[in-house]
Amino acid sequence: MTPPDGFDPVFNDVEGQTALPIGTGEFMRVGSIVDETVPEGGEAHGSGSNLRRMGRVFAENKLAVVSVGVVVFFLLFCFVGPHVYPTNQTDAQAALQNSVQNAPPGNGNPLGTDENGFNILGRLMFGGQASLIVGLASALVATIFGTLYGAVSGFFGGWLDSLLMRIVDILLSVPVLFLLIALVTIYHQSEVLLILVIAFVSWLVPARLIRGETLSLRTREYVQAVRVMGGSRGRIINRHIIPNAVGTIVVFATFQVADSILLLAALGFLGLGVPAPNTDWGTMLSNGVQAAGNGYWWQIYPVGICIVLVVIAFNYVGDALRDSLEVRLQQR
Amino acid sequence: MTGYIIRRLGQALIVILGVILFTFVLAQLIPGGEAKAVLGPKATPLTIALFNRRNGLDLPMYDQFWHYIEGIFVHFDLGYSYKYNQGVTQVIMERLPKTLTLVTASVLLALIIAIPLGILQVVRRNKPIDYAVTGASFFFYAMPDFLVGTLLIIYFSFDLKWFPSSPPTTATAWSVFTDPQAFALPIITLCVTSIASFSRYMRSSMMDAMAEDYIRTARAKGASSNRVLYGHALRNALIPILTLLGLSLPAIVSGALIVENVFNYPGMGLLTVQSAFNDDIPVVLGTTLVITIATVIGSLLADILYAVADPRIRLGNG
Repeated sequence: MTPPDGFDPVFNDVEGQTALPIGTGEFMRVGSIVDETVPEGGEAHGSGSNLRRMGRVFAENKLAVVSVGVVVFFLLFCFVGPHVYPTNQTDAQAALQNSVQNAPPGNGNPLGTDENGFNILGRLMFGGQASLIVGLASALVATIFGTLYGAVSGFFGGWLDSLLMRIVDILLSVPVLFLLIALVTIYHQSEVLLILVIAFVSWLVPARLIRGETLSLRTREYVQAVRVMGGSRGRIINRHIIPNAVGTIVVFATFQVADSILLLAALGFLGLGVPAPNTDWGTMLSNGVQAAGNGYWWQIYPVGICIVLVVIAFNYVGDALRDSLEVRLQQR
Repeated sequence: MTGYIIRRLGQALIVILGVILFTFVLAQLIPGGEAKAVLGPKATPLTIALFNRRNGLDLPMYDQFWHYIEGIFVHFDLGYSYKYNQGVTQVIMERLPKTLTLVTASVLLALIIAIPLGILQVVRRNKPIDYAVTGASFFFYAMPDFLVGTLLIIYFSFDLKWFPSSPPTTATAWSVFTDPQAFALPIITLCVTSIASFSRYMRSSMMDAMAEDYIRTARAKGASSNRVLYGHALRNALIPILTLLGLSLPAIVSGALIVENVFNYPGMGLLTVQSAFNDDIPVVLGTTLVITIATVIGSLLADILYAVADPRIRLGNG
């Protein structure tokens, strides 16, 4: 981090790295807990200057700024794009009648058509909607559930912690795609179920991370102080532990979006993605690959580039967030 | 070391029992029950009741679970595949060795390539070659394996015709050694991500080792730089790689599922996906269970190797 003007003991404390000088921030924190009107848990979100400092660290990372641009571009491309560039993506009959199948780029189809005669540029937008929605939603569900699970496990400790963490160990030892396919086979595919199923295989890592964070947070003086003053356990978890772990949570969620998009793409590639007439990027790629021997490159490269760009962009944003929030994540 | 290995064995056993419980619960959660999944939507209540009676599905839950465990450990019985019309165990046992050789070959190749790459980066740290390898590993780490496989097929099989796009259908588990050309593309695809992550890890673990006091001591007593590098730093840097190997096994096995589907190689992954299409739930649950047990045993072996390699554990009481 950049000392000294940006140095702020409160902010540092959020990351669980720097011990506080006793009698300064610590005292204020206890006071703030008594006074209901002030944000609690050691002012985890900090003042405006903290946000500004974080923004500065983030903006210094050029790749991250570009990546945010890429993410925004794809959001606009997929959700606003179809209104600017409307194409038929659902009526297979009309597509077969009105256009040439497997047409190369040109002639009103900037990226050509696929094996059903759908315009590929429009299809990238249409399929991207499913990929992005499923990716974002399942990352959100996984993060929320994993956070609560990990916080409860770390906070209560003892046999409950052992039991909850053994469950995580067991599920983590199942190779993720096998687990995913078992769930998809039993719960037949629909977009909502895909979100839940991908979330089910993704909440394990945040549960572990937040448990670790909670274990270290719950021994802090200000949490002890709330306990001494008779604060309930739910209150400590909700208002002190989770707000102080928010950096870890946000960073994890960003990485998870990339992973979820990739998991859906893998499922789609295996033919188990979003069911027809809808589509997703993985399913599109899978259809293109089946014709790879014919040299229909426009059915493979554009969608491949979309997947890789979005995944790399979310990973870089996560990296930069980690740097600006100074979160330490394992295995990244 | 014995204590460590026994504790590690106990953990592995708990995980395996947990996974068995998990697949059992999954089978219970099939919407409409297993009978409906097998007999199809036209099943009448009578045929469903008959099916349940014949397969012991009308017994209390704990009885069913007991039979399930007994079936697995005593009779190696994982249920019956209605599509293949034979026991799930028989279906799986034909496929398991193929996946195991694919995974083993690519893990070995990944180590053979990644370890020297990591050392090279440390020897030439902050030089162009270091940056080039770092950049390449970030790139390949971000590439989804199905895309890598597809591109390899397009370039090296369709365009250049150097390698076949899938191993021959007659291939057995041993064909990896007798016909390496046919397996080149699948193994490379499965390697790419591991090479990227292993070499990154090797680089940082070697850097950590180079900062240790014993390196300074070795230098001070006049050991040559090669002796310091290979005699002291490498030996210590290799140990954490074993831990990483154990931890990445589930991900590599997941990758094998994709690779088998890209290259049409009839291992556990292809079987799982085909059975998913066929709604053959007993096979899907069986492959999931067996591949998980194989993965847990693989990670266990890596951890035991770790204990053998690390004198702090080998000679300690822990």
